[in-house]
Amino acid sequence: MTQFDRRGFLLRGMLGGGAVAVGLPFLDYFLDDNGTALAATLGGGRLPVRFGTWFWGCGMIPDRWNPTTAGANYDLPPELAPIRPVQDKVSVLSGFGVTLGGKSNQPHISGNIGLRTGTPSDTWQQIAGPTFDVSIAGAIGAGTLFRSLELSVDGNARTSFSYRSGTEMNPSVASPMELYRRIFGADFRDPNAAGFTPDPKVMARRSVLSAVTDERRRMLGKLGAEDKARVDSYFTSIREVENKLALQLERPPRAEACVVPTQPADLPASTDVTARQQSHKLMAELLAMAVACNQTKVFNMVFSTATADLRQAGSPTAYHQATHEEQVDRTKGYQPTVDAFSTQSMQGWADFVTAMSAVKEGDGTLLDNMLVVAHSEVSYAKNHDVNGIPVMLAGRAGGKVKSGIHIAGQGDPISRVGLTMQQLMGVPVDAWGTDEMKTSRSLSEIMV
Amino acid sequence: MSGPVISSRVLRALSAVTALCSIGAILMAASAGQADAPTQQQAQQPQVPKFRRLTEAQYRATIADIFGPDIKVSGRFEPDMRVGGLLAAGTSAVSLTPAGAEQYEQIARGIAEQVVDAKHRDRLVGCAPSASDPQGAACAADFFKRVGLRIYRRPLTDGEVKLAVAQTLAAAATVKDFHGGLVIMLTAMLSDLPFLFQTDREVADPSAPGGRTIDAWSRASKLSYFLWNSTPDEQLLQAAADGSLMTQAGLIRQVDRLMALPRFETGVRSFFDDFLQLEGMMSLSKDGIIYPAFRSSAAPAAREQTLRTITTLLVEENGDYRDLFTTRRVAMNRQLSPLYRIPYGPRDWSMITLPDQDPRVGLLTQISFLALHSHEGRSSPTLRGKALREVLMCEHVPTPPANVNFTIVQDTSNPAFRTTRERLKAHLDDEECASCHKLTDPMGLTLDSFDGAGQFRPTENGVPIDTTGMLDKVPFTDSAGLGKALHDNPKVTQCVAQSAWRYAAGRALLPSEEPLMASLHEDFAHAGFRIRPLFRRIVIDPQFFAVRAPAASRIAGKPSSGRKG
Repeated sequence: MTQFDRRGFLLRGMLGGGAVAVGLPFLDYFLDDNGTALAATLGGGRLPVRFGTWFWGCGMIPDRWNPTTAGANYDLPPELAPIRPVQDKVSVLSGFGVTLGGKSNQPHISGNIGLRTGTPSDTWQQIAGPTFDVSIAGAIGAGTLFRSLELSVDGNARTSFSYRSGTEMNPSVASPMELYRRIFGADFRDPNAAGFTPDPKVMARRSVLSAVTDERRRMLGKLGAEDKARVDSYFTSIREVENKLALQLERPPRAEACVVPTQPADLPASTDVTARQQSHKLMAELLAMAVACNQTKVFNMVFSTATADLRQAGSPTAYHQATHEEQVDRTKGYQPTVDAFSTQSMQGWADFVTAMSAVKEGDGTLLDNMLVVAHSEVSYAKNHDVNGIPVMLAGRAGGKVKSGIHIAGQGDPISRVGLTMQQLMGVPVDAWGTDEMKTSRSLSEIMV
Repeated sequence: MSGPVISSRVLRALSAVTALCSIGAILMAASAGQADAPTQQQAQQPQVPKFRRLTEAQYRATIADIFGPDIKVSGRFEPDMRVGGLLAAGTSAVSLTPAGAEQYEQIARGIAEQVVDAKHRDRLVGCAPSASDPQGAACAADFFKRVGLRIYRRPLTDGEVKLAVAQTLAAAATVKDFHGGLVIMLTAMLSDLPFLFQTDREVADPSAPGGRTIDAWSRASKLSYFLWNSTPDEQLLQAAADGSLMTQAGLIRQVDRLMALPRFETGVRSFFDDFLQLEGMMSLSKDGIIYPAFRSSAAPAAREQTLRTITTLLVEENGDYRDLFTTRRVAMNRQLSPLYRIPYGPRDWSMITLPDQDPRVGLLTQISFLALHSHEGRSSPTLRGKALREVLMCEHVPTPPANVNFTIVQDTSNPAFRTTRERLKAHLDDEECASCHKLTDPMGLTLDSFDGAGQFRPTENGVPIDTTGMLDKVPFTDSAGLGKALHDNPKVTQCVAQSAWRYAAGRALLPSEEPLMASLHEDFAHAGFRIRPLFRRIVIDPQFFAVRAPAASRIAGKPSSGRKG
């Protein structure tokens, strides 16, 4: 594990993540001094750029979602209507797809894996590498209490699409109350509090944990390859705990946008779409503060599961079942129930963007210093179509990214999205994906 | 029974010079990792994984056994992973994520603080700094030797004891409190690899020259986590300390002891909980408008009902596994009786026999199976049929094709298709769909007289539900017939035997273990498909403690050890 130092990070700003990338063309990007975020100050340093993903299940109805005009001020088809108030902050990427290259299309799995890893596979357990959010957390996640924060509104810690490897899923925090306790519980230190005294208990915990782990590593000796990989993961994770304790011993830098929230109501997890939107909004607001208070720089939020678990209370047919079973209404020309759920999911996304942009930071908002990629696992869920999987971006990544435009992908590999996100966040990668999904073409259209 | 108070009997046994020497040798061989080179034949066989992460249930039971049931274990555990239908088989595939490590450390801290607090200190720590031990070094050494044996499930090495004492004293100096130092060191120990993971340490096999096996301490853990779903008790640790677990006679003595105690029931219960994937009941929700009688507490009660029924019939009464599918006996309580529409007076659980005219017969008609394999607002013959094939018969049902179209299935208002059967049948006209639905639906439809919450319904949309069906060419007319068909289907008993093996081994089946599975099933059949002989047969098979997959030459013959003794 590399050592890190919070103050060092802040002084170096993006160099902290970019340092590993020397020699690659996109590095210039991060050394550019024109971005508004770079001009802003925070604790004597620069405002960090954060990265996140936002997932919703069961895609959309292409004719009711894909904008028909490209560029800025794109048109909003009916299912995208909820994003109207935040349209200038949201870019739409349509027409990018997963090419399966002879692999089977595992319903609700293949598209998501292809998008997240650049390499289609039949199950998450067989994925070829980490999901791109994990690579990004590796590049920018150090220096905050949580390298990344996984969240799912469905109440299930297993609902996560953030994988270090096929057997290492980063589990989700699955309710507003749990999120509050995790971030703002006993270990939280208000970055704007007046005094700071390092806690001797934390000091001792770190030192003992480190000594015990070092001894364990020394004692283990030779292992078979698979056992060794698992044990290495264990040690890496324990090291993260030590790093976190080390961080708690330093005075946290001031965070002007940080306002410690009050404890939320304990909303039970629900599949009812209205209740889901409520819980999600609450979690989004807590997450915004977790980010503003420098607790994490990377997050993954799941609004609804792959095979969207959403329902309307009292209806025997849930969203996912409806996508396959509902008749296309002859007069309307589409599946009306599916259309309604898809539109409700976009309302969730609009709520999320609103929560991030409601926090003022520097000369702009928290969202300006973020890049969030929203995506689903299919386009038209009725036939599990992995062509034209809907993707949206929000935020300006500290002034590096344009917002509010529509790019029509024309069947390009969706790995272009993952590649671009990683490059923007300082992951040293010039090509990403395998076989037909391999690409070295980043989305230059979105760059400032 | 192992109580929370850790006696020094095992430690005394350990201090016997001979025992110490042999343990020292074992630990050295293990810790240095310089295992003697395996023979060429062995080297060709794949190694089995050496680390199995404790499941949440095992972790909780272990803490209760070491420190007492009043120590609260609170926190979010890293989710376990299901491999081949079993969480147990996933324990040798998972590691620990950063979020998981953080949570385990936090859970450990909560436990350590309670162990050392004023309420428990006298009983669980039992010493403090004194005039003769001003810093508490002797006290810390004594505490960690005793507790360490239970936490690591093997004695601490001298180096580990020294480290624990030094770190306790250093932490105590920093926080200016001896007991604070104990808490911090104990937390680290409870976050350590040998606690969180059952670890197999390899040694030379005393009964097979040139062969390799796992040491006595690893054996003790493997036995107790399989048979009790918890940590070894003192007697088992003693059998490890004195080396008797390395002999077949000593092993059998311990196995028979472990299986004779009431805790064996917990072990069997844990197996069926995993095998039937019943933990899913804890997050199951049903639409309160469609199924108002299905309260949120019904799901955990239905899980309990199934597990109680199984342990009563299979453990207490030593019954035939196959009879689970045909019995009219079921554990009942007041909460569930309305869903079964039968009167039930007693305050607590008891076994009842459903009347002859009741539509429910056997495990498949219990609410746990019916509700778990349904949608939130309706039943699903396909999900039920799939679970029946995959969970109970260990078959694989392919996922639907990507371009699936089942428009007609949902159209409940179409007067031509009023029941699920009619709608699914229309769907089966599509050949691609039919290939898989033929595997699942004919059995699933028989169960469609029970709705998505598991309640009986003779009709759907005013039409009587046709419950005829077929399983592997055996026709039947109702759920009793389906139960009988499962009872008579050899895949059902093969599946439970093979699953018990994977559960016990904590990993996926190795290809060269197939003949062993055949032999396991044959012996299961000879024993009248009783669960005790099956579990016993598994743990006394030499492969249970093997470090590699069986070699091809061995598998032809039957394992010699097992059935005697």
